[in-house]
Amino acid sequence: MSGTYLGMPAFPAAAKEAVGNETLRANLRHATHTIRDKRAKAVAELDDWMLLREAGKRIKDHTLRHLDRYLVQLEESVTAAGGVVHWAADAAEANRIVAELVKATGESEVVKVKSMATQEIGLNEALEAEGISAYETDLAELIVQLGDDRPSHILVPAIHKNRGEIRDIFRDRMGAWGRAAPEGLSDTPGELAEAARLHLREKFLRAKVGVSGANFMVAETGTLVVFESEGNGRMCLTLPETLISVVGIEKVVPSWRDLEVFLQTLPRSSTAERMNPYTTMWTGTHDTDGPSTFHLVLLDNGRTATLADEVGRQALRCIRCSACLNVCPVYERAGGHAYGSVYPGPIGAILSPQLRGTGSEIDASLPYASSLCGACYEVCPVAIDIPEVLVHLRERVADQGGKGHRLEKAAMKAAGWVFDHPRVLAAGEKAASRTRRLHPSRLPGAGAWTNTRDLPKLPPEPFRDWWKKNRAQDRGKGARPAGSGTQGRDAHGPGVGGPNSDDRKDSGT
Amino acid sequence: MRAALFVTCVNDAVYPSTGIATVRLLERLGVEVDFPEAQSCCGQPQFNTGYRRETEPLVRRTARAFAGYDYVVTPSGSCAAMVRQHYPAFGDAAATAVAARTYELTEFLVDVVGVTDVGAYFPHTVTYHPSCHGLRMLGLGERPRRLLEAVRGLELRELPGADECCGFGGTFAVKNSDVSAAMGQDKVRNAVSTGAGVLCGADNSCLMHLGGIVSREDAPLRPVHLAEILASTEEEPWS
Ligand code: SF4
Repeated sequence: MSGTYLGMPAFPAAAKEAVGNETLRANLRHATHTIRDKRAKAVAELDDWMLLREAGKRIKDHTLRHLDRYLVQLEESVTAAGGVVHWAADAAEANRIVAELVKATGESEVVKVKSMATQEIGLNEALEAEGISAYETDLAELIVQLGDDRPSHILVPAIHKNRGEIRDIFRDRMGAWGRAAPEGLSDTPGELAEAARLHLREKFLRAKVGVSGANFMVAETGTLVVFESEGNGRMCLTLPETLISVVGIEKVVPSWRDLEVFLQTLPRSSTAERMNPYTTMWTGTHDTDGPSTFHLVLLDNGRTATLADEVGRQALRCIRCSACLNVCPVYERAGGHAYGSVYPGPIGAILSPQLRGTGSEIDASLPYASSLCGACYEVCPVAIDIPEVLVHLRERVADQGGKGHRLEKAAMKAAGWVFDHPRVLAAGEKAASRTRRLHPSRLPGAGAWTNTRDLPKLPPEPFRDWWKKNRAQDRGKGARPAGSGTQGRDAHGPGVGGPNSDDRKDSGT
Repeated sequence: MRAALFVTCVNDAVYPSTGIATVRLLERLGVEVDFPEAQSCCGQPQFNTGYRRETEPLVRRTARAFAGYDYVVTPSGSCAAMVRQHYPAFGDAAATAVAARTYELTEFLVDVVGVTDVGAYFPHTVTYHPSCHGLRMLGLGERPRRLLEAVRGLELRELPGADECCGFGGTFAVKNSDVSAAMGQDKVRNAVSTGAGVLCGADNSCLMHLGGIVSREDAPLRPVHLAEILASTEEEPWS
């Protein structure tokens, strides 16, 4: 996987490419709409969905408020159960810890459970640099890894690939990574899955070290939880002798009972299932069962900085269900790669600029990668007000100045001043209306609007002039008109469907 | 009943016909309409683009302009949402007071005036695009549809993917113009597929964006604000 996002172009440029790719748009449209509809049905089955959503939000908020306490409790519980806890401030530290742990086992291969945290820190690349091969075992992650590609969705990382493309990747690349694809492999889902199964089985049986993330960590018991669909996770979490889990510090919940909420909301939100096929929970190590050594690497990597921001911290409630991606009209058209991060879509647009800062071009552009339509907030099972955080981050980006923002700030100030001085505004409107016949529907320099859209034609007079001529005189002190009977008494100006409507018609607006 | 019309800056400058229609409609229903001339822009463009400080004077101006009115009515879901959802956070008592008394037009008609049949006549096939702010921030729900269904002569056609954003999004339309246009083109395609001659909305910003695409692509559609449909009568039809 060429997992680096350094030097990504800003979102609009990256998205432009995707928008122009008809096949990609059709793939994404089909996939996101299918899962979006299924999610809606799965959620509608629960009468208490809104209560579960609120409960999930509160559990997470409570935990985040007392994160210090719960993390220490978690460390104690995990240690008491036979695990070893490591603390990593950033990606480099986490990668170093994992590499050293793997080396200490004498192994040079690990099998991996699909995990966002390890992608976030670029663990596979870091291990490779240390001579350790990391094998992804989730089907879609396998496709991405074999294709030397980047994931474009949290839940279905290869959403941008169709069956034919996947067949080609398996046929051409599997051999170099292990067991080759069977001769004459077709692109039917059954054959593709079987090829992956045979290829992966070899790796599961050989691997001595497993690497995972976790969906939840229970502070009270020291239990880690992984939700998955394919069973590859169960293999990686139980077969190897050593298990290393890299988990973001925000994944902790106080008690076992809290899982009750997320066991319901996560599968329905992500795969639209009532229950995910495999839920693996493990607490430390056991003499007779599972890995004999367990390491937990707790990852900060920008999370405590995010926690310090009162508005932005709600992003840490995220349980990575990807429902927000599936309903996002921008994600649907721009695709996941345009977000320049392992976290694409609406959650990526608020998480990446917080975890990584807004210094790079891509990160400074992400808060604007939304029309603020609010579909993400509506579906989020932990009620993250993504539009609110986006606007908040726009403030941060605007404050830091930078490319284009100084000019924009001046324009916003000027516009604000005009709007705060209605006389100036009225004069401007009048002038604009008077010269309206001269306004072209395409303006040079206004390409961002007029490349695809005509400008509206301006009316002969602004509303406030009509009001002055037709109503204001009636509004003298104490001379308010009776409510009705005013129809048709306008002295001047367009009636409904009058000249204004005609203008609309010409300009199509 | 007396109400202040908050016409919005876009309607004032570009779509006065919507403001005029709102005045006539409300007057026809017995509402006494005032237009406080000190009003201008609610500050939404500045606010949503990250210029909170630049928004403050506009919030204060709007709050002062509408102080003292029991009802402030606006034919724009997104401006109503700006005032209602965001004004209270500015810590200005007058702004908070105005926020609580601001209604989007269909809300005002259905919830305050208590009508769904406004006596309108509009003999056209219409499809309705519920703009996001009205749909999700204000929760307008079935109100616009109920109002449209009561219009005589009007045939309502279901818009596929109605609750999807049209792609306007304020400065999003220029900052991410490719994605914005792609969203708008899909919306227009869906509207055309209904066979309706009129694309109705309750937010002229969205209709400006969609109308720009309709015009550029010469699509057989006329974008019309809901207020203009509701203002249309047999005696004085919208054309
Ligand atoms: S932000 Fe909400 S909807 Fe999006 S992935 Fe996270 S939990 Fe799911």
